[in-house]
Amino acid sequence: MSPTQPFINIRHAKKNYGDLEVLKDISLQVEKGQIVAIIGPSGSGKSTLLRAINDLDSLTEGEVWLEGMQVNKKLPTRQYEKHINKLRQEIGMVFQHFNLFPHLTVRENITLAPKMLKGLSNANANKLAQEQLERVGLGDRIDYYPSQLSGGQKQRVAIARALAMKPKVMLFDEATSSLDPELVEEVNLVMKQLAKENMTMIIVTHEMAFAQSVCDKVLFMDQGVVVEEGLPEIIFKTPQHERTKSFLANHLNGRF
Amino acid sequence: MDIDLMLRVYPYFLEATLITIQLAVLTVVLGLICGALGAAARLSGNKYIRFLGATYVSVIRGTPALIQLFILYYGGSQVGINLDAFEAGVIGLGFNIGAYMTETIRGAIIAVDKGQVEASRTLGMSKSQTLIKVVLPQAARLMIRPLGVNINAQIKATALVSAISVVELTYTAQRYIGSTYKPFEMFFLAGVIYLALIYVTSLLISWFDRKAQIK
Ligand SMILES: Nc1ncnc2c1ncn2[C@@H]1O[C@H](COP(=O)(O)OP(=O)(O)OP(=O)(O)O)[C@@H](O)[C@H]1O
Ligand SMILES: [Mg+2]
Repeated sequence: MSPTQPFINIRHAKKNYGDLEVLKDISLQVEKGQIVAIIGPSGSGKSTLLRAINDLDSLTEGEVWLEGMQVNKKLPTRQYEKHINKLRQEIGMVFQHFNLFPHLTVRENITLAPKMLKGLSNANANKLAQEQLERVGLGDRIDYYPSQLSGGQKQRVAIARALAMKPKVMLFDEATSSLDPELVEEVNLVMKQLAKENMTMIIVTHEMAFAQSVCDKVLFMDQGVVVEEGLPEIIFKTPQHERTKSFLANHLNGRF
Repeated sequence: MDIDLMLRVYPYFLEATLITIQLAVLTVVLGLICGALGAAARLSGNKYIRFLGATYVSVIRGTPALIQLFILYYGGSQVGINLDAFEAGVIGLGFNIGAYMTETIRGAIIAVDKGQVEASRTLGMSKSQTLIKVVLPQAARLMIRPLGVNINAQIKATALVSAISVVELTYTAQRYIGSTYKPFEMFFLAGVIYLALIYVTSLLISWFDRKAQIK
């Protein structure tokens, strides 16, 4: 593919649930190392767009490309499964509710996929788990079960689990929304650290201050369309559209 | 109450209890196999297999177990399937409890949080890897108690095979009533033994459930 090809390229994404149009012709380009925030009211389609990137929700129409490879390529079922499983290894995802495997220890949570998919030996997998945990500041929790961790710790383990696959991009869907306020910062710090390491990230968030401080680009979505997109200082300080203005005003008042 | 009589006959009842236990164990094993296959069919991606699973469950649960036993035992010999009463009892009751276990197992599998599957698939794990490593270990823990309920129901349901003359506990009680004319004592004795079986099984299930749960 040509060197000018964007790292992630979403082209004319449309998603319908029956008659409901959740995404109406959305296009988005993300460059390598870029950090993009997606903001917008509840139900605007943020999660759907994010989940289309690894085809967790399939688009009705449109294309998703990662590094010149089409993610949602039309293939016979079996071939598609192989194709998407391979691609998903390169796309880390972090969920609002962590989704750690409760029956496995922190170590096992992290090593499960690398062992199964990359054939890592026990020794190498353990080393990998230790490294990734240290990266999120939880080196001493390797033999804990998820139930023995706080929400913030769980989310950091979930990030470490995703990072252990050495992804090229990380997707965050409201990673801090279900955390007690005092636990939000520890997760934000980890994300800021990743930003420093030039990880490509797409972040759906309700935290405007965080979006403003770490992101290179902000997308404001409403009712399945991108109303406005641009540099954080522009979107947050001088939004052009009424809908963006009123959304941000509501958020500054703390109600959403 | 004729305690003396009960003390005289109870060894014979205990012998019959061994048959009841055999029936319970064999039907539960067969039921678990049917239940696992039934649940797999009910959750299959193929709609014909799903239909097969759903039909199995609704036919078995929609008819009396006694009728199923009669069809298998009496109806079977009519079409050349000659099972002895014990075999017919094991197969009939095994398939019967299997339908209930199908629903128990299926219920446990679908009760596993959808986010678990998403997290696993997002890491690149295939459907079958996700099922084996993520879903089933959690579903297994969820199904212990409800399967325990099925198992206890099955211990009581073994009494049905007395109707096709398998010499188990209930049949033995009936036989002794024929010679002693003491129905209360004989059924009371049988009832106490069933109660003891259920009690012990419940304790075992609770113990196993506690052991198996995630810390
Ligand atoms: N599986 C589904 N079936 C039907 N409708 C759905 C489904 N998933 C999402 N939707 C609808 O799609 C719309 C967009 O949902 P989405 O989850 O993408 O919104 P969101 O912007 O992430 O909202 P939130 O901030 O609440 O997470 C909503 O109206 C939602 O009700
Ligand atoms: Mg959402």
